[in-house]
Amino acid sequence: MFSRSFAEVAATSSSEKQEKVFGEAQVTEKFKADWKTIAPNFDMPKFPSNFMEVRPPVPSTIPAKLTVNFVLPSQYEIKAKQVDYVIVPATSGQMGVLPGHVPTIAELKPGILSVHDGTDVKQYFVSSGFAFVHANSVADIVAIEAVPLDRFDPDEIRRGVQEYTQKMNSAKDDLEKAEAQIGVEVHSALQYALGIA
Amino acid sequence: MASGRVGNRIAKLIICHGSSISSLRAWPTTAAFTAQPWTCLGSRMAAVQELAPFGARAASSQIVRTRMKSVKSIQKITKAMKMVAASKLRGIQAKAENSRGLWQPFVALLGDNPGISVKKKVIVTVSSDKGLCGGINSTSVKYSKALLRMNALMGADKETKYVIIGEKGKAQLQRDSRKAISFFVGETQKIGICFTQVAMIADDILKKNKADVYQVVFNKFASMVSFLPTVATVLSTEMLAAGIDGKGGGLESYELEDADMPSEIYDNLAEFQFAAVLYNAMLENACSEAGARMRAMENSTQNASDMLERLTLTYNRTRQTSITTELIEIISGAAALEG
Repeated sequence: MFSRSFAEVAATSSSEKQEKVFGEAQVTEKFKADWKTIAPNFDMPKFPSNFMEVRPPVPSTIPAKLTVNFVLPSQYEIKAKQVDYVIVPATSGQMGVLPGHVPTIAELKPGILSVHDGTDVKQYFVSSGFAFVHANSVADIVAIEAVPLDRFDPDEIRRGVQEYTQKMNSAKDDLEKAEAQIGVEVHSALQYALGIA
Repeated sequence: MASGRVGNRIAKLIICHGSSISSLRAWPTTAAFTAQPWTCLGSRMAAVQELAPFGARAASSQIVRTRMKSVKSIQKITKAMKMVAASKLRGIQAKAENSRGLWQPFVALLGDNPGISVKKKVIVTVSSDKGLCGGINSTSVKYSKALLRMNALMGADKETKYVIIGEKGKAQLQRDSRKAISFFVGETQKIGICFTQVAMIADDILKKNKADVYQVVFNKFASMVSFLPTVATVLSTEMLAAGIDGKGGGLESYELEDADMPSEIYDNLAEFQFAAVLYNAMLENACSEAGARMRAMENSTQNASDMLERLTLTYNRTRQTSITTELIEIISGAAALEG
């Protein structure tokens, strides 16, 4: 579990018990009144923000560490970890994110994501996704697939590049061409990332 | 020889019970067991006494014995269904809990604005394909209908459509909201819920329904006994680009990396958010379905065993009464002979 909950970070007084403060949806009074008129016998439904912890507020000074959340459909890879900086593979190139980074929305292309904490570096090859950097020095990275680099086989990658280049050249329609192009892009990025010819 | 005797006995049973077998076919289904067994038992027992053929003294105990056999087999079936649901739940609960982080970055960025007033809204109702899972499908449908009426309250020109995932939701919504249904997706759990499949479904929904806001209604798996109806709101590309009130500066305070194609980025953002929210929603609903089915089958097994107890007592009473009657006849006959 994470060492410090957001509520503790946000609270001015420290408490021994870890308290999770869950968010509230921006439900207007009109919504509540309408709901009472339409469905007086049912409780209001829950909203996703009810199940999400409140994010820390924007601090007045640049914090020392960056809080990283890295999520995949298959798991919550990194949850609220305090790190020095991360490098994300944005569409415009490798982007470094340090604490105090300007709020950004970046779309990711297949490439390497590296998380640096002191001397500890973790590298993942991610498929496309998004990276959000918020004003309170929290970075959210959402990707569809992420694999640690040591799981890849260089021969398979070389074979993949050749196969998809061939498919792209012999593509009959736009759909096949697009699919082959994606294959070439991913395999080339992998090739570059792993440093194999 | 022995088989001949058994054959005769069976033949006699069928002849005796010819009239009562038709009443057996109308035996209450498993669904009735999950409700109250006593009322249906009472009416059935009355029917038994009426239909037992005249002169067949052993008939009523035979009927009760047949009933006991069917109740026992129903008990076994529901117990097995509970085990199956438990194993399914174990598998899918892990997946659902892992996927809970997926929509959080989007809510952190864009906020959660369920009451937003828009012209065109699409309500995606997530329900199950199979039944016998308690009340979760009714809950989903109830909340979807409420959301539709709320949107109608906001103005006469507001348009709302349903997209239904799951057979049970379709069955319920077709009855009175047939016109509002845009389309239907079924058999989503056959190969297991994976992100690729959900991304395709999300793509389909977005292509066929250009709306301003998409609301996904599902049952969130809070615990084994608690399934909370939840509404997740996803804004479309146009709404994102235009800016939404409620998040302060909206998205203007965020710089777009590679800012030469902002509309494309918003497009991808909206679509990815919708796929992520839908993935989590379908997993949570599948979890809730498995949990609710476990509970329903547990109740049904309990009811069946209670009914079996009552039937056993009735059977023994009937059997002992008939034995006592025979003894009395024999003894009084013997006494009469002696004079």
